[in-house]
Amino acid sequence: MSQLPALIRVFAYLSLLAVGGGMAAFPEMEYLSVDVHHWLTKEQLIHLYSIGQMAPGPNMMMIVAIGDWAAGALGALAVLLAFFLPTALLTFAVGRGWKRLESWPWRDSIQAGLAPVSIGLLLAGCYTMAKGAIFGVETAAIAAGVLLILLQYKMNPALLVAASAVIGYLSFR
Amino acid sequence: MSDIAKQGAEAAPAVSVARIFREFLIIGAISFGGAVPYLRGRLVETEGWVDDKEFVEMLSMSQTLPGLNATNLAILVGQKLRGAPGAAAAIVGMCLPGAALMYVAGILYWRHGDHAASAATLKGVAAAAVGLALFTAIQLGRRSLETRADLAFVALTVIAVDRYHVSVLWALLGVGLISILWRHPRRAKSAGSQ
Repeated sequence: MSQLPALIRVFAYLSLLAVGGGMAAFPEMEYLSVDVHHWLTKEQLIHLYSIGQMAPGPNMMMIVAIGDWAAGALGALAVLLAFFLPTALLTFAVGRGWKRLESWPWRDSIQAGLAPVSIGLLLAGCYTMAKGAIFGVETAAIAAGVLLILLQYKMNPALLVAASAVIGYLSFR
Repeated sequence: MSDIAKQGAEAAPAVSVARIFREFLIIGAISFGGAVPYLRGRLVETEGWVDDKEFVEMLSMSQTLPGLNATNLAILVGQKLRGAPGAAAAIVGMCLPGAALMYVAGILYWRHGDHAASAATLKGVAAAAVGLALFTAIQLGRRSLETRADLAFVALTVIAVDRYHVSVLWALLGVGLISILWRHPRRAKSAGSQ
């Protein structure tokens, strides 16, 4: 119960960092939910994130499970609202003015300038996650295989994640 | 031809809030493996609620703003169709199926996650998720990285966060500000005239 304010604070903050994609906020999510608040272990966070890749819809829905573990169903709801409401309001407000900003020369500068930073944040998130998920040749081969197949063929990533689940079951048991 | 298409789009009857909710609920339930391609398929191709150019504009805006690309897109499309109620219907519909599923998955994982079989399965899934996340970053990079300076800003961000453990917030504000100033409107103009 007492975890609710912390959950709201942390996930509202994380949502503001998710520029370019949810993965951008991953290093900070690991630090805050594992090291600072001890809602779950690093391994559990990586597992939940990975399970989330098999679910439909926006790819950070795994935060619901963190909220549930820390503070029950109310925690799950609080996390959802904290993560989605502030950025939804911001997008709504900017969406109204965006067209009018077309003639504002800085608009393109901001858009072009933030792109490399958001890609850097996504890569930093990948690296943070890889440190916990890649250990040894087999896991490295799975990650590389998924990446190469996606670069080479147009294929639904969820299928590859499911195939990797089977490979994991068969080889790590 | 394009004039007729344009007229048709303008004369299209208003979409009801319930209809928006239903459409995004469907997208939220079927979009396995990343929501953006499904959003494009359903909203542009099936429903014709936004045209291709507008969709690309909304997507690049969604990537610039904080928040997930998929939910930001839902807000923008909902807003265009029906203002605030439309935006609310779109984001709630979009999130509902995945949130319900992950709520249940979380409970199951909490109970059975440390069984040998599920631990082994999850090792495979986590490794795949790393490959998938890398692919997403590379795909975005191919589209929006243009100059060597861009690559330098990417590297600077990665090094700041991973090597020096700068918080994501400060990396975003610090490197972001330098990168935006680097793309200063006057510089962009002179570069464009070359």
